[in-house]
Amino acid sequence: MIILEKRPNPSRAWALATPVLAVLATMIVGGLLFAMLGKDPVLTIRTIFWDPLFGPFGSYTRPQLLIKAGPLILIATGLSFGFRAGIWNIGAEGQYILGALTGAAAGLALYPSESRLIFPLMVAAGALGGMAWALIPALLKVRFGTNEILVSLMLVYVATNLLAYAALGPLQNPEGMGFPGSRNLSQWPSSANLELLTGTGLHWGVVAAGVAVVGAYVLLARHAFGFAVRLAGQAPRAAAFAGVSPSRLVLACMAISGGLAGLAGVFEVTGPAGQIGIDFGVGYGFTAIIVAFLGRLHPLGILLAGLLMALTYIGGEMAQTQLGLPGAAVQLFQGMLLFFLLAMDVLTQFRLRWKGASPVIVATAKPVEGAR
Amino acid sequence: MDLTSISPVLLLASLMVAATPILLAALGELVVERAGVLNLGVEGMMITGAIAGFATAVATGSALLGFVGAAAGGAALSLLFAVLVLWLRSNQVATGLALTLFGLGLASLAGQPYNGVRAPPMPELDIPLLSGIPVLGPILFRHDPVVYLALALVGGVWWFLHRARAGLVLRAVGENHDAAHALGYKVLRLRLLAIAFGGACAGLGGAYLSLVRVPQWTEGITAGAGWIALAIVVFASWRPLRLLLGAWLFGGISVLQLNLQAANAPIPVEVLSMTPYLVTILVLVLISSGRGRARLAAPGSLGQPFHASR
Amino acid sequence: MKLNRRTLLASGATAATLAVLGVPVRAQDAPLKVGFIYVGPVGDGGWTFQHDQGRLAAQEHFGDAIETIFQESVPEGADAERAITQMVLSGCQLIFTTSFGFMDPTANVAAQFPDVKFEHATGYKTAPNLATYDARFYEGRAVIGTIAGRMTQTNKIGYIGSFPIPEVIQGINSSFIHARKVNPDVEMVVIWAYTWFDPAKEADAAKAMIEQGVDVILQHTDSTAPQAAAQEAGNVFTFGQASDMAAFKPTPRISSIIDNWGPYYIQRIQAALDGTWESQSFWGGIGEGEVLIGEITEAVPAEVKAEAEALAAAIGDKSYHPFTGPLNRQDGTPWLAEGQVATDEELKGLNFYVEGITGEIPA
Repeated sequence: MIILEKRPNPSRAWALATPVLAVLATMIVGGLLFAMLGKDPVLTIRTIFWDPLFGPFGSYTRPQLLIKAGPLILIATGLSFGFRAGIWNIGAEGQYILGALTGAAAGLALYPSESRLIFPLMVAAGALGGMAWALIPALLKVRFGTNEILVSLMLVYVATNLLAYAALGPLQNPEGMGFPGSRNLSQWPSSANLELLTGTGLHWGVVAAGVAVVGAYVLLARHAFGFAVRLAGQAPRAAAFAGVSPSRLVLACMAISGGLAGLAGVFEVTGPAGQIGIDFGVGYGFTAIIVAFLGRLHPLGILLAGLLMALTYIGGEMAQTQLGLPGAAVQLFQGMLLFFLLAMDVLTQFRLRWKGASPVIVATAKPVEGAR
Repeated sequence: MDLTSISPVLLLASLMVAATPILLAALGELVVERAGVLNLGVEGMMITGAIAGFATAVATGSALLGFVGAAAGGAALSLLFAVLVLWLRSNQVATGLALTLFGLGLASLAGQPYNGVRAPPMPELDIPLLSGIPVLGPILFRHDPVVYLALALVGGVWWFLHRARAGLVLRAVGENHDAAHALGYKVLRLRLLAIAFGGACAGLGGAYLSLVRVPQWTEGITAGAGWIALAIVVFASWRPLRLLLGAWLFGGISVLQLNLQAANAPIPVEVLSMTPYLVTILVLVLISSGRGRARLAAPGSLGQPFHASR
Repeated sequence: MKLNRRTLLASGATAATLAVLGVPVRAQDAPLKVGFIYVGPVGDGGWTFQHDQGRLAAQEHFGDAIETIFQESVPEGADAERAITQMVLSGCQLIFTTSFGFMDPTANVAAQFPDVKFEHATGYKTAPNLATYDARFYEGRAVIGTIAGRMTQTNKIGYIGSFPIPEVIQGINSSFIHARKVNPDVEMVVIWAYTWFDPAKEADAAKAMIEQGVDVILQHTDSTAPQAAAQEAGNVFTFGQASDMAAFKPTPRISSIIDNWGPYYIQRIQAALDGTWESQSFWGGIGEGEVLIGEITEAVPAEVKAEAEALAAAIGDKSYHPFTGPLNRQDGTPWLAEGQVATDEELKGLNFYVEGITGEIPA
């Protein structure tokens, strides 16, 4: 019988090898699934993993990867601080929507004047909107001890209702024939968040995601705040001794995640999405939770995980249109990929050993692993 | 406006039905979380149960057998989660979310032959005599069997957690798995059973939608009910009786807001449609700011992987 | 649409890159490739399901002369724009986008590919290569409103609305006007579900109505949950929405209003094959076969059935328009004078109730 044995330190080699192994395993099992559905497995796998990058239309789909991954990475980076510290903001979707709403409202209040200041103003309003929405559960937790999981999740539904109200009411396009939806912000020069370099997919939201990843890396590695976050997650008592205020940590982590989610929302509404509509929220806030954990809450991991998720989305769409694969099969395949990625992770923390082999004394220096 | 047209008796009767799918799913998740495992895949297990139950019911011609199939389907999917988080020690939050994705995809693939098919009818359980009692009759005694099953399960789980020895062990495992292990309890085996129970309950909740409430199979039939179930567990502070109150509160406000709309109440619709969520938050804040805050805490080992270090 | 130098440059450059990529040009005898972008899953049993039935009807009609592809559950916004572009890149010559929210993405892609034809459902933006199409659902609602007015015993009709948009408001007004016409005592109870599809919520809404004495329910949401709620209550009638919902025949479902896109798809694909395709704004109804009234079951008395069928025929041959004056707005101000007919523009932007409906339209 095979048993698992904890490694003294996570294996670096396996940390790099497991994602590759997981993708390979998914290809095999996924290929079987596709074959069962009557599709050519090799062709389908190639369409999902290869064509978005190097297929005949790669120069169109490669920039699209950035557009799709941008908001995921931005939100997931923000969430990773709280998750490391054991603060559970699962309402990023609501903060994303609120950021888009407040950002769009700030801009549309000034429509149709033209100014270079409008876009920065909208970005600030969006970040503040998302932050404010995240601070509601934070303050309730600090003041009354109310569980942030429930409050942040419930506020997603409130945000969705606010979105419908705004799209049909105050933010509705007066020239829109009574249909729900705001003016198109990407077609108003003052608010448009367009590609910065043509053909790259690089818009301000992608830039912000890059900055957030670097910023988070520096913060976690070099800054006292990063230390406090890591300590609070790994050893809450030690953190208290070290003078880390739990209340402040909650407020800071929630503010960061809400602010970044709000930013993602405002960049999306001014660029790729273009307008506030009833269905503006497409689940980036929830997918970002997966991305955060898939990236092991590490900024660089999140960057890669976000790109990988984007790849499966875009590749999955291509498999739908080009090969007639049902959308549900793509969802199933994505779920499978995540399972393998998460399951293989065990090899970085543990080694496999045949039971009966001479036991090695292993120093388990870290019994509590926090959220991870 | 005619608020007198809202009958409290009928409102309470509808609330019991409206709350049932969430109640079932939340009850299962409560046991899972009490065992120290956080499974965010409730939505995926619910919808898998919805199609498994529907398919079984169509194949056997019996809605009741359908519920058995639903429980089996939900439990089977949850075992996938169990293997991943218990033996491969994958992250519970991410694995649960992946389970939702997987379950949604699986259910809609499996459901393709069932579009537009009608489910066999659910036998009515009109309890004689009792259902004739004024006021209480319609509220309590004129429902389908699953409503009573859900209530019985609440009682059963309460008894199990607070009166049975095995329940005590389960709670111990959830509070501190290392201590429970040191005392010789089989942490992983207990958790496996808890997860399977959670999956079965979620499956029942999903099947209540596809076999009783809608009753047809359509893609996305659960429409987010699994997430509400998760929230209700937190609302209940992981206690079964409070869970019942939470599900009734949420279901009740959802039904009430629609009744208020129908009665032309002078409250904007967009405000009304937010009320179930806002009231839930408000009530939780009131509870948590009052006495007994310490008892609100989540199980100590919730969400943490367990590894028996020898 | 407002264009400026930056957008022009950007889209021009994108088009240039794509031109370099070499968008496939259709060979003479290769089948015409037609794409469909769906907002929901094909298995939703409602809106998207009916569009896919239309696609299948077209595929059946043309056989090997066309190839159809589709993508389901496409989110609005950036994802839609990418999905449409990818269809173009994979060689589609004609693309149908089947939800209002796809309007700007379709218009954007259409501007980049002047040689590809686009058709957007329920919107209002057109271009030389971008047509719009929609169905006059309010015509069908007039017919089922008539049946509802005759069938109600309590004189209370319920309407489960999705979102307060012109299409739904047209439906509420049209069914109310015609229910009142045959039954002056009728009242209408409206509940806004704020969703297109949520079985549990739709069931609760139907129950709330039934508890308040409503005995005929019209729905503008896609699930069969209200039908089930009506069946459980007994003595409550409903109508199928989007699809026939035939599983609930003969009661509670006594008729239905069916979206039938097949004829339109066949006609437009034929035009594309013939080279006669031109941009237009098409709004078909009962007469064009785009809105069907599903079987009126035996639960409906014969004379009511005849009356409903006569109304449908009159609407079909255009001798009668459901919005014909005299009609007042809810506040009592005159809207349409005696014999006056609402214009399509008025209807497309309809945002008020007619006189007699109580309650307010949200937002």
